[in-house]
Amino acid sequence: MKTLKLVKKNTKIEFLKLRKLTTIFSIILCFLSFIFFLVFNLNFGIDFKGGTLIEVKSSSKINIGKVRESLSNLDLGDLQIQNFGSDSNILVRVEAQKAQNNSTSLGPITNELKSFGVIQRVEVVGPKISSELIQKGITAIIAAVSLMLFYIWLRFEWQFSLGAVLALMHDVIITIGIFSFFQIEFNLSIIAALLTIIGYSMNDTVVVYDRIRENLRKYKKLDLYELINNSINQTLSRTVLTSLTTLIALFSLYLLGGEVIKGFTLAMIIGVFIGTYSSTFIASQLLLYLGVKRDWSKNNNN
Amino acid sequence: MLYFSSSKKILLLAICLLGFFLALPNFWNISLPFIPKQTINLGLDLRGGSYLLLEVDTNSIKKDKAQSLVEDIRSSLRKDKIKYIGLRVLPDGAEVKIQNNSKITDAKNIIESLNNSTSANIFNSRNSDEFSLDEEEGIFKVTLNENSLNEKYRLAVSQSIEIIRRRIDGLGVTEPSIQRQGNNRILLEVPGLDDPQRLKDLLGQTAKLNFRMVDTSISVGEAVRTRVPSRAEIISDSEGFEYLVMKKVLVSGERLVDAQASFDATTNSPVVNFRFDTVGGKYFAKATSGNVGKPFAIILDNEVISAPVIRSPILGGSGQIEGGFSVEEANNLAILLRAGALPAPLEILEEKTIGPGLGEDSIQSGKLATIVGLIGVLIFIILSYGRFGIYANFALILNIIMIIGILSLLQATLTLPGIAGIVLTIGMAVDSNVIIFERIRDEYFNGKSPFAAVESGYSKSFGTILDANITTLIASLVLFFLGTGPVKGFAVTLSIGIVTSVFTAFIVTRLIISIWLLKSKPNELSI
Repeated sequence: MKTLKLVKKNTKIEFLKLRKLTTIFSIILCFLSFIFFLVFNLNFGIDFKGGTLIEVKSSSKINIGKVRESLSNLDLGDLQIQNFGSDSNILVRVEAQKAQNNSTSLGPITNELKSFGVIQRVEVVGPKISSELIQKGITAIIAAVSLMLFYIWLRFEWQFSLGAVLALMHDVIITIGIFSFFQIEFNLSIIAALLTIIGYSMNDTVVVYDRIRENLRKYKKLDLYELINNSINQTLSRTVLTSLTTLIALFSLYLLGGEVIKGFTLAMIIGVFIGTYSSTFIASQLLLYLGVKRDWSKNNNN
Repeated sequence: MLYFSSSKKILLLAICLLGFFLALPNFWNISLPFIPKQTINLGLDLRGGSYLLLEVDTNSIKKDKAQSLVEDIRSSLRKDKIKYIGLRVLPDGAEVKIQNNSKITDAKNIIESLNNSTSANIFNSRNSDEFSLDEEEGIFKVTLNENSLNEKYRLAVSQSIEIIRRRIDGLGVTEPSIQRQGNNRILLEVPGLDDPQRLKDLLGQTAKLNFRMVDTSISVGEAVRTRVPSRAEIISDSEGFEYLVMKKVLVSGERLVDAQASFDATTNSPVVNFRFDTVGGKYFAKATSGNVGKPFAIILDNEVISAPVIRSPILGGSGQIEGGFSVEEANNLAILLRAGALPAPLEILEEKTIGPGLGEDSIQSGKLATIVGLIGVLIFIILSYGRFGIYANFALILNIIMIIGILSLLQATLTLPGIAGIVLTIGMAVDSNVIIFERIRDEYFNGKSPFAAVESGYSKSFGTILDANITTLIASLVLFFLGTGPVKGFAVTLSIGIVTSVFTAFIVTRLIISIWLLKSKPNELSI
């Protein structure tokens, strides 16, 4: 049986030759991400900002202008109305209301909206919860990264650990930058996506690192540059295949999984691309800069 | 690595079959003996319903406690004729100044005695003091004890849960879930409820009911203009109409044993009929007998709902509230009165309602995405690895069955992000097999025999697979412990998927491939 081989046997791409280019590229991307974040901030969803979100579904096209008009005399403050998936679905976002118990102010809004279609879902997040969620989200990301740092340090040497975590931060920063630039809604599920990206990118990096470590033991005299380059090439087929199967699953989810998880899936797709790039180009070359211990066997024999 | 003893084979087969049987009820709605009936729990985002996160207002409990402490101090000092000034409520207790220096020791003993008498709680052995007392130059400072307050909060949350349960039961919805969350929060999930407004109306009231006389000695207007008598206070009704009401409570809502919405026999307007217990009935009879012709007020949560004139003594212990209600208002009030008062107000922190239509759509699109994603990956893997790809695909399908089986066994909740977790697992689970097969390829092209190549392919990839999956597992466990709601559902399926994928991809495919190798003894590998 003839099998498909996306990466030919004995492929030898000089990944590290591109290291100056990719380093500059990554630094620029991270820098731009910071700038975007500072300038545009993130388009926080109600999970983090507090407020109300209502989805309305109708059997025909909904006129957004009319919806806005009918809600305008309720004095709701910042009001966002947009189509959601199709033009017969709309999503209405209302900023957190001043009233102490923000559930009481919901009645008039839903009453107005009911004349445009069926209310599919209502989400109200109070300010107390939203600030907690921000805190929890940040804690989760820091906890995940620290635990990975620790695990890799436990299983490898500190250079690997540092390299992997720098690559992770690179992935998270750029993903956030993309979310900021395109003003894609940043909600709780995006935090979940970021953590999954962290896991995925780490997974990718670990496979390459594992091979580097193995080759370090096997070829004691080989130049580190050569050795890392070989290792990336040896794992390239796996990197490409796994990224592709993951992307197949994610695209299926993105296109067919419904509007509600589109943002989440989009974040994951972006993350898979960045994670694959970073473990191939960034995490591995960081080892070159950080240097690694070469006398594994001596240690083992003693 | 390729040798499996028969007992090991049987064990593996048993695990696979177990996963299969656990997953079965989700696909095949039939009841047979030996086949479990538990199916996956669908989250509210998939089945539709309302989710409310409530917080018990602990501050108001503290304030109530401080207030009652002040009342206690006032009455005991008065009883012993000790003169004091500046008795007031503080944020975390109370303060009073004793005027006569010679009475300070007496006052101290009196206030101290309040502490002992009110904290006789055999369950709270850690610190039974309700408050601590400091005295400086005749000024007593009473500070409520943190532990004792926490105990009160804990009790208040438990009571609130019970009362919420009773109020919801009155709505006639099915299987609501009410859980304590953290110190002072309550998580309420009501499947199938797509308009929570009535639920929120019911939860938005503490429903403290009491009956008091209206002070008719002066008119309200006069009282506002001159001075409100110290025995009375001004309370308004829902339309803003003010009443001068005595502070003394004739009977309170705790004495109610039943309340039912009904229609008045003559006017046919909605009313609430109520009945007191024996003691309450006696109080009410006594109060009404002595005040025929005078108005009394029925007060709910500091709002007058009606102020009828007593026409004749009410001796039977039952009565009727007529407050110009709508049918629903009368029903709600009856539910509230039957369920009892909340120990403290509830604040709605977060609210999510998903209509049944959206949930159904999400299930459909989730299923479709899973199937399409799965088929895409299956085809891709067969194209890439041929015969080995078929084995990997078998492992992948088994993996999904096991995830569903474990979710059913644990009665974990499947949410929409949870489905996303399964789809993501489909994409990532083949990773282990990809790592192994790439290794086998390497070893085979380096000149090893098929058997040796497979053998070392598996053994050399083990470390990598372990490291790679543990790092992903770390991320998803963090998500599980710090995430809430739907995100937690994602973490659950992802975590389970990681564990089962290592089992199916590393162990099950190895067994199949070893059986194949031993049986057909191939001279070359097409991989």
